This record gives sequence, C-alpha cells and structure tokens, in this order.
Amino acid sequence: MTAEVSAEPVQPLVEMRDIRVAFGGVHAVDGVSVDLFPGEVVALVGGNGAGKTTLIKTLSGAHKADSGEIVVNGEPVTISNPRDAQLLGVETIYQTLALADNIDAPSNIFLGREVRTRWRTLDDTAMEDASRKLMGRLNPRFRNFTAPVSSLSGGQRQSVAIARAVHFNARILIMDEPTAALGPAETEQVRDLIRQLKKEGIGIFLISHDIHDVFDLSDRISVMLQGKLVGTVKKSDVTQDEVLAMIIAGKQPGEVTAKDIEQLHL
Amino acid sequence: MSDASSVAAPVEEVAAPVEEGEPPKRRGASGVLRSMELDPRLFGMLIALAVIWIVFDIWSGGTFLSPRNLWNLSVQTAVVGIMTTGMVLVIVTRNIDLSIGSMLAVIGMFMGLLQAEWLPKWIGFDHPLTWLISLAAGIALGAAIGAFQGSLVAYAGVPAFIVTLGGLLVWRGVAWWMASGRTIAPMDTNFQLLGGGSKGTIGGTWTWILAVVACVGIVLFLVTSRRRRKKFGFNLRPVWADVTIAVVGCAAVLISAWVINSYPMPPALARKYAEDNGIAWPEGGLEIPLGLANPVLILIVVGLVMTFVATRLSFGRYVFAIGGNPEAAELSGIKTRWTIVRVFMVMGILVAIAAAVSTARLNAATSGLGQLAELYVIAAAVIGGTSLAGGIGTIPGAMLGALVAQSLQSGMVLIGVDAPVQDIVVGVVLVFAVALDSLYRRRLT
Repeated sequence: MTAEVSAEPVQPLVEMRDIRVAFGGVHAVDGVSVDLFPGEVVALVGGNGAGKTTLIKTLSGAHKADSGEIVVNGEPVTISNPRDAQLLGVETIYQTLALADNIDAPSNIFLGREVRTRWRTLDDTAMEDASRKLMGRLNPRFRNFTAPVSSLSGGQRQSVAIARAVHFNARILIMDEPTAALGPAETEQVRDLIRQLKKEGIGIFLISHDIHDVFDLSDRISVMLQGKLVGTVKKSDVTQDEVLAMIIAGKQPGEVTAKDIEQLHL
Repeated sequence: MSDASSVAAPVEEVAAPVEEGEPPKRRGASGVLRSMELDPRLFGMLIALAVIWIVFDIWSGGTFLSPRNLWNLSVQTAVVGIMTTGMVLVIVTRNIDLSIGSMLAVIGMFMGLLQAEWLPKWIGFDHPLTWLISLAAGIALGAAIGAFQGSLVAYAGVPAFIVTLGGLLVWRGVAWWMASGRTIAPMDTNFQLLGGGSKGTIGGTWTWILAVVACVGIVLFLVTSRRRRKKFGFNLRPVWADVTIAVVGCAAVLISAWVINSYPMPPALARKYAEDNGIAWPEGGLEIPLGLANPVLILIVVGLVMTFVATRLSFGRYVFAIGGNPEAAELSGIKTRWTIVRVFMVMGILVAIAAAVSTARLNAATSGLGQLAELYVIAAAVIGGTSLAGGIGTIPGAMLGALVAQSLQSGMVLIGVDAPVQDIVVGVVLVFAVALDSLYRRRLT
C-alpha cells in the first residue's frame, strides 16, 4: 500500500491485449485492448451488453478469454480462476457484491483466505480484529461484526465487499458499478475511498453507467460498444457530450459534430 | 472481575477499532438470551423437548423419565443422530442425500460379510483385530460411495436429488445381491460392543470421569474465549451470563451422568461382574451402573468432531458460504466442487459409523437394514433448524432434532399408540416445526 507514484512514465500494472470472448456465435468481447497504470483510474463505459463486465471478468478470473494476452507488471500471465487473479494482486468488487449472506462480515472479508491458528483452525478473533481495524478506516460507523451480512444495509454490505477487496494489498482493483445501489451519502463515501486508494498507488478499473462518477473519478476513459473498443481518451481532453457520442454512436471525439450532440440531447 | 460490561478503550495507533459502548439494555427473556448469546431457536427446541418429556412422563405414569427409559432413548437416538450431523452439511450446501438408508445396508452387509465370512478364512474367528479391520473397511467404503455420488453431483452436474434417488434403489439392490438376501450373523464379539447392549457400555466410573472432564472442558472453553476477546478489546458477555452458561452446562452434564448411572445392570449380569471383579454378592443384590452406552459415546464424539469441523475449520466455513451464495463462494477462490465432494464423503463416513452401530446392535447384517433411515435423518435435521434452502443449520441443533423425533416415537410406543398413528404424529410435527421456524424467520427480516 506504500507504492510511490512517480511522475515519470512507469510500466503499466495491467495490459490486456486483443482480448476475445464469444458465447456461442455472439462476440461479447471482440479484440479489445486496454491498460492501467499505478495510481490511475480507468473508467470502462458503454451501454448494456457492450461487453465491459465480460472483459473485466477475464481479468478477475471469473471467465476465460478465448484469445488475447494479459500482461501484469510486464509479465504475461494466465488467469484461469479467481484464485490466480488474487495471487496477482487483482481484486474485484462485483456489482452483485458476491457476499455469502448467511455468514458474518469478517467471515466474508476473509472468505477463501482465512486467518488460521497454528493448528490450522480458523482464527475468528484475529479476523474480527483485522476487520474492525479495516472498517475503522473504510466506514467508521460500521459496527455489526457478528450478524449475518443479510441483516446489513446496502451501504454496509458494499463496505464489506470493498473491505474484502482492499484488505489483501490489492494493486489492481476492479469495481463494477460500485455506487449503483447506494444512497447519496454512501456514494460520496465510495468516491472518497476511490480517491484514497488512487493516492496509495492502486490502479482501478471502474465500470460505471454514471457519467458524473466517470468524470469525477477517472483519469482515462475506455469506451466499448457491441464488444469492440471505440477508443480510450484522456478525461481532460474530452467533454461529457463527446463521451456520450462515443458510447451511443461509436464516434471518435474528433468526428462529433454539433448536430450529433443535438441528437444526443433529444 | 471488574471488566463486567464497560470496555476500557485501548488506545491504538492504527485507526482505533470502533467502540461499541454499552450494548443496549434489554429486558425480559429475549434480553437474557441476547446477553448469553444463545441461539433463540436452539433454546426453543430445548423448551419443546422439555414439554414432550414432561407430557409423556405424566401420560405414562412416570415411566418416560425413568433412568431405564432415558438410557434406552439415548441408545435409540444414536444411529439417526450420527447420520444427522452429516446430513446438516449436505443440506446446508443446498443438496440432499436420499441414499443413506440403502448405503447403511450395503456398508453393514459389507462389514458383516467381512467379519463373519471373509476375514475368518485368513485370521480365524474373533481375532482381536477383526472389529477394527471391519470398521475401517466399512468407513473406506462409505467414503468411496460418498465420493462417487458427490462427484456426480459436483462435476457431472446431476442434481443431488436424482443421484441419491438412484443410489437409494441401487445400493439397496446391491445389499441384497451381496449375500443373495441372506442374513449374516453373528458378528465378531468385539464388534458387537459398538452396538451397546449390556456389555457395550463404559461403566459407571468412566461415565463420571467423562462428565467431570466435560465440565472442565466447558469452563476452560468459556475462560479461554473470554480471555481472547478481552485481549483484542472486544466487548464481552456480562460475567453473570458466562457464569450462568457454565453452571447450567455443567449441571446438565452431571445430571445426565447421574441419570445414566441410575440404570443398573440386570441382576444376572451384575452377579457375573461382581464375581469377575471379586466383589462379595450381598443378600439384596448389587446395583452396578451400566454407564454410558457405546453408541451414545460414539454419538457424542461424532457430534463434537462435526461441530469442530463445521465451525472451526475452513472446510466448514466454505460449506456454509456455498450454501449462502454458491457464486460468491466460487468468486472468492473456493474450490466449490471439491468441497461438495468432500461433504458427500463425510456423509458416507458417518453412514458407515452408523452402519457399524446398527449391525453390532442387531448382531446381524441384513439387506433390509436402514429402511426409511434417510427420511428420519432428514426430518431430524429439519426439525433441528436446518433450512432446505441451504446456508442455515447447526450440528447441535440437528442432534437435538434427532432427540426430539426419537423422544416422540419412543414416548408413543411407551403409552401404546398404534404404529400408523405414530407416523401421523411424526409427520404432523415435522411440518409444524418447519412452519413455525419459517414464521419465526419471516418475523426477523
């Protein structure tokens, strides 16, 4: 968590090159290349069915790519399951949160990576302690460490999902619609957290439908349409309308005319 | 102990853990339960058990709560109780095992043939190792059948209901075919001890020793967990709650031991025991306690081991996580399929242990053994609070469920209820228990 962010050009954390995924005859992801640098937030945007989530699942290990290459820290890697991704420092916060509702917050945070005692038994006290410290940082109002997470509010559940992702020194974080189910206060909290993680040098892929989130938080924006990459732009170089034109019509920022923009706003 | 309820905040450099302050004061029974951190459903089941026992005791004119009946009840609960602990894990992972009754027959037949016909050819009759070899081979067979069925469920994607429904038919047929329907008897002398009976007990002295050890265990467990929570600065249960749990727990253990030891050996056996041990035989005879029966000892050990597996090992945590959200478990990097296979293997091993107890108790192996056992075991698990939707269930709850179901059945036999009426009552209670439970759960959310 102490990675320094240097001003010089650095090696990308992740490069995904020419990724293809097909379901039956449908090309969900069709030759997409994206990359991510330390301390950077790259927003992945596009309409429903654009292939954002499928693309990102090849990085988190939930899906295998049919072809293409994933390079982490300059090394080509094979990610065939979630565990492979975790070992490479890739953590994912899914839109569905992917929590086991019937067990408590510490058990969820450490699920699959339990703290164990010398006798290989679960060390619940140590896990609860670590969870309390973690939550003190992420969401100080979080108190319920012994109830099943099904009894928690949407925001609290989100905190648990985030805690699980950041606890294990993630270097690459994937957030799929992290604020979709949250109220305004909780959304602000997640935004603060993203800024904080960015400062710590973590690279973040942010999937979002919310154009305000995207412009508020990201450094670069990669736009997908029908499984293909429309383009990747620097946030500072484009306007919201230009990005919307990319999302909806697949037009490059230069091609957008005043007429196009007018149509967007119809 | 000055740490009663105010937790002195240990100042920490790293983002101080959230102080929870005073837990909200609650009055009444639910407040007491909450302070003791007891599961209200488990508590409710204890109440139900107490009501059943008292009603049957009054109805039977004091026979039900006699040491003799309670001793028998404990032995009768053992076989179903042993298998119920495994069924909880199977059901928690959103699966079911309908094949256990037939598996019990196959494994029982296998162990019977092994000790009565196959092994004697090599090592002679009543070899001191016969019982151990038979038991180990039976457990291996149980694990193998479990692994086979579990693999079909986990890797081939056949629903557990279908796989084990097939198993129900197949294994019953195999059990018959193994010995062409013959009854295999008698069992090895040492093996018979697994089934209880007048010789298969641990005796009065050992029963007391075990009870005292259990009490020490309860106190040690409470003290160490309290110390650990204090070390980390978590809020603690009030001292009175811990003391109450310790006192009630120890009292329950000691009273159980006392009741069990109040059931004496039959006079003929006592006389032989006295002669063997050089005790003078007085005029009025001697009351030598039988002590805890071996099947009950096995049930207690199985219950402890399975509780440990379910709550203290990663495996158990994964079982519950899979039941709560299979997709989340998979995405967390858990090997969910392998976990399912292991759950069915555990079930198979427990069926083998139950098969050993049944065949030993009957002193024979028959292909009809364990008929309908799957239904009694599933009923016990469900009465004990296991949710068929998956993710919810406890080992102690399920064992208590087995005891409740067995108490009902034994009680009805005792007061002379006709067999068909017994089935009706058990069926009604099963549905009623689940209805009550889902009502309670809906009120929670």
